[in-house]
Amino acid sequence: MSRFSTKRADTAPTISTSSLPDIIFILLFFFMVVVKLRESNLKVKAVTPYATELTKLEKKSLVNTMYIGRPLSQFVNQYGTKPRLQLNDKIADLNEIPLFLERHKVKLPEGQRPGITTSMKIDGDVTMGFVSDVKTELRKAGQLKVNYSAKKRTERSGF
Amino acid sequence: MLAKKKKKANPEINASSMADIAFLLLIFFLVTTNIVEDKGVLVRLPQWSEEPPIDLTLNTRNVFTVLVNAQDQLLVRGEPVKIEDLKTRAKEFISNPGRREDLAESAKEAIISLKNDRGTHFKQYLAVYNELKAAYSELWNEEAKKRFRKDTIEECNKEQQNEIKRDIPFVLSEAEPTAFGEEK
Repeated sequence: MSRFSTKRADTAPTISTSSLPDIIFILLFFFMVVVKLRESNLKVKAVTPYATELTKLEKKSLVNTMYIGRPLSQFVNQYGTKPRLQLNDKIADLNEIPLFLERHKVKLPEGQRPGITTSMKIDGDVTMGFVSDVKTELRKAGQLKVNYSAKKRTERSGF
Repeated sequence: MLAKKKKKANPEINASSMADIAFLLLIFFLVTTNIVEDKGVLVRLPQWSEEPPIDLTLNTRNVFTVLVNAQDQLLVRGEPVKIEDLKTRAKEFISNPGRREDLAESAKEAIISLKNDRGTHFKQYLAVYNELKAAYSELWNEEAKKRFRKDTIEECNKEQQNEIKRDIPFVLSEAEPTAFGEEK
C-alpha cells in the first residue's frame, strides 16, 4: 500500500498538449480546402428560393444535380445573360441532358435506378419558360423524380 | 560566455495558447460556412407522351384551377387571390367542410390544376406549389390526428400513411405554360 502512495507523490503527471495545435490545424485546413472547392465550380448564379414543405435528399449517390440561373458576371461574355443550364461543372445545352442522366445512371446498380432523384438548383428570379423546357427534357428522358432545391423559410411573412 | 549561452539554449516555447488560437479559427470557419445540405420540394413529373392528352370531362366543382401570370399574380377559380390565402382556400376546397355545392365532392375527387406563363418567376411558382403541398400535408396531419391520434402523418406507420393518402390523394395536374412574358 505504502509503495503506491509514495510513487504517486513523487511524480507530477503532465499531459503533453504540444501536438494538439497540429491536430486542430489539420482540421482547420481540411475545412478551408473543402469549403473553397465546393463553391468555386459554379458558373451560374443559383440562389434557391424559400419554401416550407421540404424533403431532405438522403442518399447522395442517387442524386444528380442541375443548376439553372444566369451566368455569373465573369462568364457573361462567354455565355450571355440569358438563363443557362449547368451540368457538372460546365454550361450545357438542353440536348445534353439525356447523356448526363445516362452517365449517372450507368454508375449505379440496376436495383437502385428507380430511386434516382434530380436535384434542381434554380435561381428564384429565373422565369418558368426555360425551366419548363428543362422539365420537358427530363420527362422525355424518363427522369420523373425531381427535387426543387429550396431553403427553409422560418417565419410565414416572407413571401 | 559560450558555455553560459549553451546552458540557456533550448528554451521551451509555450505552445499552450496555440491550441486556443487554432480552436478559435476552426470555430470561426465552422460557423461561417454553411455545409451544403440538399433540401427541397419533391415533385413527380408526369410521364412524357407524344400523343395529345385525353380530353377528360371533369366536373368543374372538382377542379381547383390556379393560374399564375407573368406578373406573378394568382387567379384561383376565376378570381384574384393573394398567395397568403391560397392554402386556406385550397384546404377549404379539398375538405369542403360545409358540403357546399361549388367545392369538391370529396377529397378523393379533388384535382388541382396549375398553369403558369413562361414569364412567371420560378420563385413565385415554387411558392404556389409549396402552398398547395402545405394544404395537403396539413389535411393529412389533421386526418392522422382524427383517425390514429398522432400529431403528424410521419408518426403513423406505413399502412396508416397509405390509408390517409388514398383517401386524400395529392393530385396536381400541370398544363403546358402559355407563352406570355418570355424574357428576351
